[in-house]
Parts: sequence; structure tokens; C-alpha cells
Amino acid sequence: MSFIKTFINFFADPRLFFPMAVAALGLLIWKRRAVATTRFGWGLMGFLTLFFLFGATDANFRLIITKPDNVPIVGLMFLLVFFTWYALHHAVMNDERRAQGKPPLEKDEEDRVWVWPDLVYTELISLILCSVVLIVWSIFLKAPLEQPANRSLTPNPSKAPWYFLGLQEMLVYFDPWLAGVVLPSLIIVGLMAIPYIDTNPKGNGYFTFSERKAEITIFLFGFAVLWSSLIVLGTFLRGPNWTFFGPFEYWDIHKLVPLTNVNLSEYIWVRAFQSGLPKNWLVRESFGIVLVLAYVFVLPGLLARTWLKVYYEKMGPPRYYVAVFLFLMMLSLPVKMLLRWIFNLKYIVAIGEFFFNV
Amino acid sequence: MADTKTVEPEIGFAERSWNWLTETQLWKSIFRHGRPTNDRNRVLVMLTNVFLHLHPVRLRKSGVRLRYTWCMGGLSFFLFLVLTFTGLLLMFYYRPTLEYAYADIVGLREHVPLGIMREMHRWGAHAMVITVWLHMFRVFMTGSYKPPREFNWTVGVIMLVLTLLLSFTGYLLPWDQLAIWAITVGSNMARATPFLGHEGPGAALLRLGDVPLIHAADDARFALLGGTFVGEGALLRFYVLHCVGLPLVIGVLMAVHFWRVRKDGGISGPL
Ligand code: HEM
Repeated sequence: MSFIKTFINFFADPRLFFPMAVAALGLLIWKRRAVATTRFGWGLMGFLTLFFLFGATDANFRLIITKPDNVPIVGLMFLLVFFTWYALHHAVMNDERRAQGKPPLEKDEEDRVWVWPDLVYTELISLILCSVVLIVWSIFLKAPLEQPANRSLTPNPSKAPWYFLGLQEMLVYFDPWLAGVVLPSLIIVGLMAIPYIDTNPKGNGYFTFSERKAEITIFLFGFAVLWSSLIVLGTFLRGPNWTFFGPFEYWDIHKLVPLTNVNLSEYIWVRAFQSGLPKNWLVRESFGIVLVLAYVFVLPGLLARTWLKVYYEKMGPPRYYVAVFLFLMMLSLPVKMLLRWIFNLKYIVAIGEFFFNV
Repeated sequence: MADTKTVEPEIGFAERSWNWLTETQLWKSIFRHGRPTNDRNRVLVMLTNVFLHLHPVRLRKSGVRLRYTWCMGGLSFFLFLVLTFTGLLLMFYYRPTLEYAYADIVGLREHVPLGIMREMHRWGAHAMVITVWLHMFRVFMTGSYKPPREFNWTVGVIMLVLTLLLSFTGYLLPWDQLAIWAITVGSNMARATPFLGHEGPGAALLRLGDVPLIHAADDARFALLGGTFVGEGALLRFYVLHCVGLPLVIGVLMAVHFWRVRKDGGISGPL
């Protein structure tokens, strides 16, 4: 038992957890035929249930998942896994129909039915089920109420509401101006821009994967891997001082994590050139600034000529540049994660004078 | 000629009562159509009822299927209604001041018999965040944001943000440790808004001679909290936004959203 727990604690570390989530997404898409079978779906849900049942035997695990405000996230995990599977199930089914020369299932159900009674009754039943779930949930789980607000007593850890924990988790890698303001704004703008960027006319109004491979992969990466798994990470695996704790680990306030993060400017001036840091910030940060500018402005152009050439030609310059900019912004998080884990890199550009750290 | 006898099919008591009820003047004054047993009346049900007329009269079969819509948009709306109702009840008991806020929540728990309104409101809010996400996920996976529904997707994203903000502003109201520190962590970000937060990049550039234009007492965070920390001003601001401002905006947007679902050709389906 304790062996399994140690094993899981070990793999829950963000440095392994995150690459594994990416790998899982890759596998999901590559082996989607197998994943989409009903048997696999049941197996997946069963496995998740088993994991939580097993976890519930552990006091530390129980402590985090039964915190009243964390219960919805347990529900979210089940729902998200289920619906990802469910969507894929129908997508694969429609893709197979297409391979046989048949239209998607939704096409066969094109004929109209009466809203009364067909839809109104379905709605009524969903509504009643939803009410029952909500009422039972409310009877059995009390809403939390802690000690009265006290400004001189900061709890450790202090966490934002769970749906913002992905953003709080980003604070590990970025300063608040990026993690809390710029990137969230870009997420909103990016989401709103989706219909205007994606000009692929196929897959409108039915489930499919093969006709929209890139779109769906990118969306799943953003929604399931980045947003959702960072929420799970921030909720369940971050303890006092925002230190990482495995799901079966006791939240020890004194757990020490060596912090030896180094700025790019230090790497270059101090370690490579063996000189001190220049006084002038522009000189000091010149390498980082060039790197960041290249990432934002040069890389899209480069990609347009190489790997993404097809897209550049299909989408036209304005759409292409907006799309690639947003995509690179999304990738900046995993990029920064990797830089942190591999090189202990703190900031690429660190102009503390203006609160401008990247 | 021999007597021909017409034999009425046997109908039970419930159906007889139903038939009687739907023929009364009272019933007919409310529902201006006969029983929806034929096509004409099924049309009239939808057209003469203000609540049902959000729907079309007929709908493609796949649009009715849970398999296609997951019912998540509908459930989001239903949860919004539940939240409005339970929220209204909570407002009877709750006063948004430093003196009363916490005590009123304790009172709600201790003195109100069978009180699960706070629970329903809190869990309903969590559930709504989840259903709205899943709704967005479904709309994406069916490609329903593609023309002609681009704009409705955009409206949806704004409503998603509003849903999160509603949840966030409500989180402060119990005024316990959980509440103020969560809001403190969340709102600290605003301090770092580029140009508009006093610890944000570029803010130091905005100055008149020696006088900084952006400082702790006038930056973005101050505007959000009505103070330099989460205190009385923040409580009032969050309360007003939570109970009046944001629900009004999201209500209007929902009207637009539903209207557009109809105008864009109903629930999406293969062309
Ligand atoms: C407050 C939250 C929301 C409510 C109450 C709501 C409600 C609804 C309802 C009832 C429908 C009818 C079909 C269905 O149930 O799936 C619908 C459709 C739609 N929603 Fe939402 N929605 C919300 C948020 C969103 C979000 C966040 C998005 C996208 C980012 C979105 C985009 C759409 C689109 C594009 C359609 C048309 C889908 C189709 O025709 O298949 N909505 N919405």
C-alpha cells in the first residue's frame, strides 16, 4: 500500500505530472479508436473511481478531497474525463461512418420533431434530476464557514477560489502582471477569436475528429491539459508556501524546497562572461529582450515559411499572425515550465526597476 | 334498422379529470388552446406561452438528443434561475457590512429551520461554473461556433467570464477567513496591471513631474476594492456587483444568446 502511495506521490510532481498529461493527450488522440470504445470508457471511469476509493483510505488524501469547496473539483474530474471520452466516442463513430461513405449520425436525425412534447419533456426531466442532485448535495454537505475575517492572520496556503487556481499556479512561473492580467486577458480574447480564426468549414454541427484534427488537439491541450489539470494541481497538490505535496503526503509547513532559480542575465554575464552584471538595465537584459522579441515577432514569420506554411497560405496573413500569436502565448506557459525545470531559470527578462519581469 | 351502439374506449379517472380540467373556463383563459394532442395544438402550445416561446415549434431530432447537446446550456440557464431564487432568499437575511455580514451567515446556519438555501446557492454556483465549461466544450466539439454562429460563441465567452466573476464576487460575502484571503489573493493581481496597477510594468512612467499618477490609492486594484485592502469598501462593491450589476448584465446577454440561437437557425446540425 505505502509503496503505491509513494509511487503516486512521486509521479504527481508537476515535473512529471504535466509531461504525463501531455503524453496522455497524445495517446488519446493517436489511439482514439481504442479509446472511443464503450469498454474503454467504462474502464476509464472505473479506474478513476477506484483511484478515489483507494485514496479515500488515506487520511491526507481524505483531508483535501473532502474540503467542502474541493468537492466540486472531484466532480469536475469525473465529468471532464467522461465528456472528453463521450465526445471522442461520437467523433470516432462519425469518422467511421464517413469512411464507409455514410453521412454523420446527426444528418440521419435531420427530420424535425415536435418541441412539445419531445423537447419540453426532456428538459423537464433534466431539470428535475438536476434539482434532486443539488438538493441532496446541499443536505449532505454543509457550506463552509471558517473563522471571521481577520486581516492580521494570513492562512498558509492562501488560495483563490478553485476556478482561478490555474492562474494562481501560473504565478509559479510568471509574475502577476503576466499570470494575473495579461495571460487571462489573452485567454478571453483568444477564446472569442476562435470562430474568426478557424476557417475550416468542415465539422459544423456534428461530432468529428478527422476533419478537424488541429483545432480539436489545440483546444483539448488548452482546456484539458493546461486549464483543468493546473486547477487540479493547484487545488490538490499545492500546500503551505505553495510547495508541492503528493496526494498522500502530509502538508508539512516546514517542507523545504531548495530555491536556486537564476535569471538569464546572470547566466550570461556572471556565469558565461565571468563579469559582473552591467549597471545599465538595457545592456544587462539585452539578451533576454532579444529572445522575447524574437519569440513574439520573428518566430511567427519563420514558422510561416517552414512548418506552418500550409496554414499561412490557407488562412492569409492577418488571420495567420493573430492565430500564431495567440498560440505562442498559450505555449509560453509550458515553455517557461520547461526552462524552469531544466535550467532553474527564473526570469528571461528581469527589469525589476519597472516591475517588468518575463 | 338495428340500433348501432358506439362504444367509448374506457378511460381512467385521472384522464377523465384531466379532460374535464382542460375544458374549464379558468384553464382555457390561461392556456388559449386545446389539449396538445394534435399538430395544430402543439404549435399553439409553443406560440402562445411566453416562457415556452423561446423554443422553436419543431426542431431537428439531433437537437433534442442529450447525446448532442449534453443539455449543458439548458442546465446552465436552469442553475442561473435557481441561483437567482436562492440568492433572493439569502438577501432577506444578509447585510453587507463588517458588523453584520459574518454574523448573518452564522445566523442563517443556526436559526433558519431547514436552511439549505446557502448550500444550494453555493453548490449551485460551483455547478454552474462546471456546466458552463462543459457547454462550451460541447459547442466546440460539435463545431457549433462556425458560421453563422460565430457571434453567439463570442457572447458565450463573455457570459463565461461573467459567470466566473459572479462566483468570485459572491465568494467574499460570508466574510470569513476563506473569503477575504481568497479575494485578497485574487485581487492582488490587479496591482500588477500594466500601466494601471501601482506595481505593474509601465505604471512608473505615468507621472506629472515628481507626482506619480498611479499609486496604491488610485490604481486598478483600488477601483476594484474601493480601498487599498479587502475591507468595508470591497464588501459593499462586491455585494452590489454580485446581487445587481453582474446578474443584470448576464441576464441581458442570456436573452441575446437565446435569441441568437433561434435566429442563427436553431441548434446546429450538419448542413
Ligand atoms: C451563462 C452561460 C450560458 C448559458 C445559460 C447558455 C445557454 C445556451 C443554451 C440553452 C443553448 C441551446 C443549446 C444547448 O443547450 O446546448 C446554447 C447554445 C449555444 N451556446 Fe450557450 N450558454 C452559455 C454560455 C455559453 C458559452 C460560454 C459559449 C461559448 C464560449 C456558448 C456558446 C453557444 C453557442 C455557439 C450555441 C449554439 C450551439 C448550437 O447551435 O449547437 N454559450 N447556449
